[in-house]
Amino acid sequence: MLKMIKRIFGLILVCTMSYSVHATTQVALQKSPNQVCDQASLQRGAKLYANYCQSCHAMRYVRFQTMAKDIGIVNEEGKVLEEVVKTNLNFISDSVHDSMTNGMLPKDGEKWFGITPPDLTLETRVRGTDWVYTYLKSFYVDPARPWGVNNTLFPNVAMPHVLLELQGEQVLDPKTHQLTLSKPGKLSALEYDQLVTDLVNFLDYSAEPIKLKREKMGIGVMIFLVIFLVFAYLLKREYWKDVH
Amino acid sequence: MKKESTLGEWINHRFPLSKMFREHASEYYAPKNFNIWYYFGSLALFVLINQIVTGIWLAMSYKPSAQEAFHSVEYIMRDVNFGWLLRYLHSTGASAFFIVVYLHMFRALLYGSYKKPRELLWVVGMFIYLCLMAEAFFGYLLPWGQMSFWGAKVITSLFEAIPFVGSTLVEWLRGDFTVSDVTLNRFYAMHIVLMPILLLGLVVVHILALHEVGSNNPDGNDIKKIKGPDGKPLDGIAFHPYYTVKDLVGLVIFLIVFLGIVFFWPDFGGYFLEAPNFTPANPLVTPEHIAPVWYMTPFYAILRAVPSKLGGVLSMAGAIAILFVLPWLDKNPVRSIRYRGWPYKLALTLFTISFVTLGYLGLMPPSPGRMIAAQLCSVLYFSFFIFMPIYTSLEVKKKVPDRVTS
Repeated sequence: MLKMIKRIFGLILVCTMSYSVHATTQVALQKSPNQVCDQASLQRGAKLYANYCQSCHAMRYVRFQTMAKDIGIVNEEGKVLEEVVKTNLNFISDSVHDSMTNGMLPKDGEKWFGITPPDLTLETRVRGTDWVYTYLKSFYVDPARPWGVNNTLFPNVAMPHVLLELQGEQVLDPKTHQLTLSKPGKLSALEYDQLVTDLVNFLDYSAEPIKLKREKMGIGVMIFLVIFLVFAYLLKREYWKDVH
Repeated sequence: MKKESTLGEWINHRFPLSKMFREHASEYYAPKNFNIWYYFGSLALFVLINQIVTGIWLAMSYKPSAQEAFHSVEYIMRDVNFGWLLRYLHSTGASAFFIVVYLHMFRALLYGSYKKPRELLWVVGMFIYLCLMAEAFFGYLLPWGQMSFWGAKVITSLFEAIPFVGSTLVEWLRGDFTVSDVTLNRFYAMHIVLMPILLLGLVVVHILALHEVGSNNPDGNDIKKIKGPDGKPLDGIAFHPYYTVKDLVGLVIFLIVFLGIVFFWPDFGGYFLEAPNFTPANPLVTPEHIAPVWYMTPFYAILRAVPSKLGGVLSMAGAIAILFVLPWLDKNPVRSIRYRGWPYKLALTLFTISFVTLGYLGLMPPSPGRMIAAQLCSVLYFSFFIFMPIYTSLEVKKKVPDRVTS
């Protein structure tokens, strides 16, 4: 009975606080070492996202085909390897032209987790890559919570620790507020960091796919403008010769 | 009637094309001593054109409905060819517009460009500034993100402070009991039709008024007083080609900075595109900290500095309104700061510091210390204007040279 009441309270807390508390916590953010130009990392991130995240968190603005092309799942002629996408990434539809949605109904999500799991397409633009990186490393065992885990960065978060089997169990020292690994998972700490980096990298890409191209384009634009500036200045100097 | 051998002649017999070009460009004489402060007028015009052109193309893919607005912006960012570029040019352009306009206005304060005979030019400019703020406010709702929604809600709710009719007025402005799809649609209409028409009209009036009285210059003297035997001002040079080629250099330097931001740093650290606005509008979840975009924050800080709501709204409105009467507050006939005494130099310095500080404070969440700072800066802001008739009449008037200095 007591457990039941605790759970109900927990759920109420989740509903009321999950959105309002997170940013007021004083956890220092860890720097995410991800690089959006690292295509291998992006591909690993996409695989992780499709396998661990997408069934709850849709990415409605990302199309499988565009994504595959951007992160280099292409043949030598630059054509998207549709079969690879279909078998390894697209578990939701038959077409590579579809976007990365999922089958979870919002009202089911709300029933199961207390809050509909948000779409994550733009997550890193809202919170930043460092936040997501730190968040995925800040889960710890907390029997008081409905899913048995809590998060230091996002206290009383509604999300279970989906990567628990990979990271292992962390415990929180109530005195020092430090997290320590109490039960190792399938991956070493270093491997887990790399995995989180890949995932954050993919989210960084999904938030702004054009980032890969716009900076390259920007360099060309800058070179053009600097050359133009030289000629514009010479033109001005020529005209202004007779102004004394 | 003479034979018309060229298209130009054909047109000129029917429309004053060459005449207008002469009046406003090739025979419009501008002082030859313009410095860096004089680039921002033509840059403001350039940014206005950028906003209109990119705005037209954005409107081709944007959907003004609460259901679709947020999605359509992401659609523009991802699926529309070069949609991301149009959007970043437009969003960066909005901030750039205010940067160049603030610098343009500051130039007027430095060199007394608002003084006789340019009072009306200043007043028209102030109307442009008002329209620009309205245009930016209406446009900010359109992406329908969290900050769009809550920003519009906070600003429209300010009208509630008006006694008796306040709440009815707010409902009338929003077209609903809260900011909704109806509000979004009417703001869209304002943003893409009414405000651009007003802005363009006012800009034409502003330029016509300028060309009627002639440009001021960093020395603040009147170049029309001393003319050569050909009737042209000795210190004047034709706007075209001299200033068109000079402004071109300024434009390219501006573009290096502007496009640098567009291509390498479009969010500008959350100041040009705010992070909470990448979450769709949700009327049930209030963001932790609601702040307007940076260009509105000096006035927002004044609003918050006054403890009563009505008092705050009146102070904010007053802070903008008082700028309109500036030409009649300054009693010193000397225009340029170069030939003015220390009182105005000191006052302008304090005013600038208070305006920038207020802008910073408006971005930050409120705290008791910041509240006192904002109140102090608000007092400084208003003091600049209220005491202006006194300190400007006490100023020692230095001799203004007849000819411009280089």
